[in-house]
Amino acid sequence: MAIRGIREYDGKKLMAQVLDRFATEPVGINPHYALVTPDTDLDKLPESEPWLKTTKLVVKPDMLFGKRGKNNLLKLNATWDEAAAWIRAKREETVTISGVAGPLTEFLVEPFTPHPEDKEYYVAMRSFRDEDVVYFSLKGGIYVEENWDQVKEIHLPVMVDGKLVDSKTVSFTGQLPVEGAEKALIENFVTALYRFYADQGFAYLEINPFTLADGRVVPLDLVAKMDDTASFEHLDTWGTTLTFPAGFGRTLNADEKKVKDLDAKTGASLKLTVLNPDGRIWPMVAGGGASVIFADTVADLGYMHELGMYGEYSGDPNEEFTYQYACVILDLMTRKHDPKGKALLIGGGIANFTDVAATFKGIIRALTQYADKLREGKVRIYVRRGGPNYKVGLENMRALGGKLELPIEVYGPETHMTNIVPMAIAALQ
Amino acid sequence: MTQYQLFSKNTRAIVFNLQVNAVQRMLDFDYVCRREKPSVAAIIDPNAKQGGNHKVFWGTREIIIPIYNTIAQATKRHPDADVLINFASFRSAYGTSMEGLREPTIKTVVIIAEGVPERRARELAAVARQNDKVIIGPATVGGILAGGFKIGNTGGTIENIIESKLHRTGSVGFVSKSGGMSNEAYNIIACNTDGLYEGIAIGGDAYPGSTLLDHLLRYEANPEVKMLACLGEVGGTEEYRIVEAIKEKKLTKPLVCWVTGTIASKMTGEVQFGHAGAKAGASNETAEAKNKALAEAGVIVPNSFDDYGLKLKETFEKLQAAGKIPERVLPDTPPIPADYNALKAKGQVRKGTNFICTITDDTGDEPLYCGIPMSKVVEHDMPLGELIGLLWFKKRLPAWGAQYVELVLRLTADHGPCVSGAHNTIVTARAGKDLMASVASGILTIGPRFGGAVSGAAKQFSEAMRKGQTPLEFVNHMKNVNVNIQGIGHKIKSASNPDVRVTLLKKFAIENFPKTPHLDFALEVEKITLTKRNNLILNVDGAIGILFLDLMASGGELFSEQEKAEIIEFGILDGLFMLGRTIGMVGHFFDQKRLRSGLYRHPMDDVLYDLPEPSELGYDW
Repeated sequence: MAIRGIREYDGKKLMAQVLDRFATEPVGINPHYALVTPDTDLDKLPESEPWLKTTKLVVKPDMLFGKRGKNNLLKLNATWDEAAAWIRAKREETVTISGVAGPLTEFLVEPFTPHPEDKEYYVAMRSFRDEDVVYFSLKGGIYVEENWDQVKEIHLPVMVDGKLVDSKTVSFTGQLPVEGAEKALIENFVTALYRFYADQGFAYLEINPFTLADGRVVPLDLVAKMDDTASFEHLDTWGTTLTFPAGFGRTLNADEKKVKDLDAKTGASLKLTVLNPDGRIWPMVAGGGASVIFADTVADLGYMHELGMYGEYSGDPNEEFTYQYACVILDLMTRKHDPKGKALLIGGGIANFTDVAATFKGIIRALTQYADKLREGKVRIYVRRGGPNYKVGLENMRALGGKLELPIEVYGPETHMTNIVPMAIAALQ
Repeated sequence: MTQYQLFSKNTRAIVFNLQVNAVQRMLDFDYVCRREKPSVAAIIDPNAKQGGNHKVFWGTREIIIPIYNTIAQATKRHPDADVLINFASFRSAYGTSMEGLREPTIKTVVIIAEGVPERRARELAAVARQNDKVIIGPATVGGILAGGFKIGNTGGTIENIIESKLHRTGSVGFVSKSGGMSNEAYNIIACNTDGLYEGIAIGGDAYPGSTLLDHLLRYEANPEVKMLACLGEVGGTEEYRIVEAIKEKKLTKPLVCWVTGTIASKMTGEVQFGHAGAKAGASNETAEAKNKALAEAGVIVPNSFDDYGLKLKETFEKLQAAGKIPERVLPDTPPIPADYNALKAKGQVRKGTNFICTITDDTGDEPLYCGIPMSKVVEHDMPLGELIGLLWFKKRLPAWGAQYVELVLRLTADHGPCVSGAHNTIVTARAGKDLMASVASGILTIGPRFGGAVSGAAKQFSEAMRKGQTPLEFVNHMKNVNVNIQGIGHKIKSASNPDVRVTLLKKFAIENFPKTPHLDFALEVEKITLTKRNNLILNVDGAIGILFLDLMASGGELFSEQEKAEIIEFGILDGLFMLGRTIGMVGHFFDQKRLRSGLYRHPMDDVLYDLPEPSELGYDW
């Protein structure tokens, strides 16, 4: 739960549906946007979105990455047939964005708005601890960065004169560097946009650029991040359709998907990101904070290249879920053997609520099931944990080592939490 | 208390939401610290409109903590409590915390909830600052003043608290983002120094109400704190404020700090760690950049978390060598009685039960009816009659037996509004009483005269047959002892106008029961009684009871002699009549409600009034 990017499609759709509630004069954003996903039947799409056939179109991937023009991933001024052909071709492509490769799966289609380059404006909003900041410039589009000195910043503190500011009363009339016929239009738009931004759970919103056509504001490119914890306040407007997609290229592999499905079934938290399937160090760590620290320590001691995964189990998963989670990891790390062996770190800090003996039961079941493979793969196991009933849990682990003839070293709170990391590294030499 | 002290050994808190375990953990801590008063002054339960009391252990004995419905009520009655520990959900955390901040007696609000929207958190932080108050959280476990005051679940179990020496004061002021890591951090501090003075987890959100620096500055000002320890986190720029404070000499005590999440920038793509704030948006927000900046400012930064304890130890030993650490004596700690449930879970304690149940078990995933899971009952479409067999007799009735039970239920379901059960139900319903009262009033009429002949007949006939009496001997014997034969005779029905219900029961039994010795006997008795009067027929109560004897007799070894006797003696057969007739009585209740029937008053002309004269009783007035 945190600040997460949303699709340009969702941002524009939400704007088209909700923005005018916050506007003094209706802004009247174009309501026509179509999202093409891998499930979309391109032949049937115009039936539900007939405007596709009557206007010229813009098509671009809608997958939380920018610089689509520079990457030649922007189709302008296209008929529907041209747009559909372009999507069909791009759907097959794998592209590399900022070093991450992945297939193109989602596309935004919207009406094409011809406009002169000097009519590209910039507006962005960002939240900080004590204030929101609105950025506005008449020099938008690709020129905004080189003209950053012309960007007008308006600071909106959370509190003024000892009172919380009601965002619905904020107005930018007379505060933006814009003159002439467009002044009223733009002031009305930016004012409404900020009120919308503040009310609807945004944490970042950038429209670069927007233009004016036939007296109406047209957002051309939009990037937004929203606070997903605010969803309960916005069920009426976010509905059930607003999604928080994973970043580009972060398609889940089968193991990650399995863990994600497990995670969805329990109130506890189960996480897995495979970093290196050939890695020799596999941390199965309890607790969000501890799991980061174990991964950090592996990397900080110079063994990032050996780190198989990042993951965590926390929030007191029951024995069955812990067992299934452990099975995924044990399976992953024993698919290929390494002559120098591997290390499994069953780590964790001192738990607050989690019954250590109970969660270890699930892990012990998994270890028992994979005992042969673990022996074949020369896997050394290091355990470090504390918390409710930890003594029983650790004793059970120790006994298991003897029973299964597996090298299991077991430590409690008297040993520094991450000490098993250097131990494992030394043993893998 | 001075500005830099949020808590002392006398601090009292109000806990929002009835958090049974957290409150008990706080009181256990208080007890081992030998606090004079429990740290929980009051509990707020928004569901308890009338307030109430909550029982907790104070050592071995129990005490009560008052429960209030609102924050305002609690603060009014407990002005000495200046901490609000808010366990409200993420939905209501904002409103309740704001309410707490506006109470003049509350100085510190702890927000436990994870998932408070960031805009709301920023507003709370601003209001707190405006009113000179401190927020700890959101998304935190809280904090602890070693040996003095513990927030909620901080520190884990009481065993861990004592192992990590949190029940007595030390020299280290600690602050972290992560609450989950705080137990570990306190353990590391206990292992490497003279222990914790105070520890705060500010929470993992992007906009915590109070910051790492806020608490470090408090520790700086507090002469009891000799050294500082901090765990930062990837994301945000808070640690740079610490760097600034050091440069401005606002922080001068030795500080050991490590920013976790160094792995983040080594991973491609965007991985959100457990905490909402744990994401580096810019290069200066990475853990490496922050660790580097801290080290350059003179903070003691380990090479990795693995050296964190070592750095604490070195720093502490330097201070100790310089004579800056006072002598600490381990206090005498009263033992905390083990918790029954915890011991039970470990199999280390046992206790006799006060109740025994042999028919249903609801302790597992699904209820068991006599050992049979409810899902199987549904899956196999178990007839209601068979289910009654399980729960009443603990027997698997044969199919014809189960059918017989259902037949009885159908035949007894109702008998019109005039019989005493339905009548009472109707009168009670019309008096405006509810379903339970109305039907209970009807059920209470079931007994020897109404419906009770089922049991009575079974009793008399089984006894006669057990004694080996012939039907004639039985009839004569009953006449001699002047007892009416139960189950024989009807007000309206007669040999020439037979009761169709009895006909149906007989037909079913003859067609389905393997044998019907009791019915055969009863029919012989009927022949004799009919010679006396035309309406002395086997009635429906008699037929039901007698056929139930046949059911038990025909099931082979299903029922032992003792069980048969007990079933009759315990009145289980009245249960059949009651269960069936309840269907009708519920129906009569709803019927009267639908009809909007008013209060029933019996007509006076339907009552014969015949009172004695006062003089007959000896009164002269």
